[in-house]
Amino acid sequence: MLKCSLDKIQNLFAEISKSAKLYLPVDGKDGGASYGEWSEGVEWSGALNTTKSPKDFFFPQTEDLMAFKTAGKSIEIIDTRSESEDFVVFGVRACDAKSFDILDRVFLSEPQDSFYAMKRKHGIIVTAACTKPSETCFCQTFGIDPASPAGDISTWKTADALYLQANTEKGTALLEKLGAILEECSDDAVNAQKEKTAAIMQKLPLKDLNTDDFGGGKTQELFNNPAWDELSQSCLGCGTCTFVCPTCQCYDIKDFNTGNGVIRYRCWDSCMYSEFTRMAHGNNRLTQKERFRQRFMHKLVYYPENNDGLFSCVGCGRCLAKCPISMNIVKVMKKIGGNKGE
Amino acid sequence: MNNANETLIPKIGVITDVRIDTPDIKTFRVVTTDGKKAFDHKPGQCAMLSIPGVGEAMFSITSSPTNTEYMEFSIKKCGCVTEWLHQAEAGQQITIRGPYGNPFPVDDVFAGKNLLFIAGGVGLAPLRSVINYCRHYRDRYGDIDIVYGSRSKADLLDYKEIIEEWSADAGVRVHLTIDNAQPDWDGHVGFVPNYVKELGFDTNKTAILCGPPIMIKFTLEGLIGLGFDKTQVYTTLELRMKCGVGKCGRCNVGAKYVCKDGPVFRCDELEELPNEY
Repeated sequence: MLKCSLDKIQNLFAEISKSAKLYLPVDGKDGGASYGEWSEGVEWSGALNTTKSPKDFFFPQTEDLMAFKTAGKSIEIIDTRSESEDFVVFGVRACDAKSFDILDRVFLSEPQDSFYAMKRKHGIIVTAACTKPSETCFCQTFGIDPASPAGDISTWKTADALYLQANTEKGTALLEKLGAILEECSDDAVNAQKEKTAAIMQKLPLKDLNTDDFGGGKTQELFNNPAWDELSQSCLGCGTCTFVCPTCQCYDIKDFNTGNGVIRYRCWDSCMYSEFTRMAHGNNRLTQKERFRQRFMHKLVYYPENNDGLFSCVGCGRCLAKCPISMNIVKVMKKIGGNKGE
Repeated sequence: MNNANETLIPKIGVITDVRIDTPDIKTFRVVTTDGKKAFDHKPGQCAMLSIPGVGEAMFSITSSPTNTEYMEFSIKKCGCVTEWLHQAEAGQQITIRGPYGNPFPVDDVFAGKNLLFIAGGVGLAPLRSVINYCRHYRDRYGDIDIVYGSRSKADLLDYKEIIEEWSADAGVRVHLTIDNAQPDWDGHVGFVPNYVKELGFDTNKTAILCGPPIMIKFTLEGLIGLGFDKTQVYTTLELRMKCGVGKCGRCNVGAKYVCKDGPVFRCDELEELPNEY
């Protein structure tokens, strides 16, 4: 275990940013935190988590795929990809760190998505343990321990120091560069913090929420549950849940005519939108109920069926906080799963 | 960039021939800029075609893999991309990527079987690939029956090829039907599902169904009525697609992605999927 005194944390950030761009949660004017690039004087937000998840770093909200030049009947494809440089995403919470595993299984399975793979290769994840999980947190439902976050490097912040531990080769290489600022220490302080956080976890309102009624192979059992009607009734189809979700990965591919050629880009899409499945010969999900059900069935049944039981939710609680009609995956799990965890 | 094999980045294709098949279906012949086939495929697989600035869409490859010179796509005019393609002339470049999806099991399950192809409208497009493959390797298969129906005689796709080539093959029987009687038609009149029941096929066959969802539904019911088991019937699904490789989420039904787990499904496999396709 290594540590850095908190009064030297700006020195730590400065040292990291010498070798790679450093992004960390910073407080915004609206009260929410978001990832921003570090430069001298930029303070690490004390917020529990960022409003949007860090999936943007690997799967950006919009991303150019290629460009075209057309002349008469001819087309030229222009490769717009560039090798990305190393970057560090600092302060990632345990839930969001787990979301990268879930996205990896989609984008890194064959045939690999080279746009995503390139960014994963160059991105170094530095996580930060939670000390004050909130009442919307339910990462433990999915087996995530917020006091022991994964990532290339795990960190724990106490009143006077930041404790760091490398978990991967990438993480070890980065810590070696920071040697002068860090000092060896025992893990007593970290262990004490883990115990404290574990005690808080036992008091969280969603601590008993479980996944027993979900998982692969439950399609027939859950698909026709009459509760989908009631649950989806007031869904506005705004898609906010999918945009703040760290594991939602559906995308659209679109062409933009610049007036001087065409850029083909991809952007986040949402299964909550009526256009999502609309095609020339019809739409296989005509009602909001069907679209709503698709989102939750995918996270709780279809994804685990294809991924060794891994659920496509990390319990970050963003959808609980942001849904304009206060509908969310917790309510769905309680209702569809037989009102457990009340 | 060394990672040139990114699946979302297409090749340039050239339309070398446009054949007008029906009032709303044209067949496009496509090769790469050096005059070759863009890639190899198996019967039933699909390709993503696009026109930059208009859009990209998935189409079944209607030519047989045994055609080593070019690919063909029979495309019905029904949306943005298809409207644009219908205005294209020979020499027009497009983009092409693929092949995508699971093919029909022509080399194992179908081998040695009597085959019953049933198509409605432009649903013949994906089946033409399989039919011509099976005709090419004629001795690998038993008897072949082809039931094909469309709105009118003019709407029958590949009519010339059906009459001049398919009907002339030994052991191949073609049964054509149109929805309404018309003066220059002395063949069968009526919908495909009813015609299948009237023809009353023996169940010693593997059936391959493709057409509008409503035709598939009633034809499947008809086949079950004749004693067929769902494990003997194959069909294809078509949902909106963007990536073609099971990542963009659009064609997800249950735990399947139609673009990579389909488009070919055995009818009993469909029963395990939620009914939203």
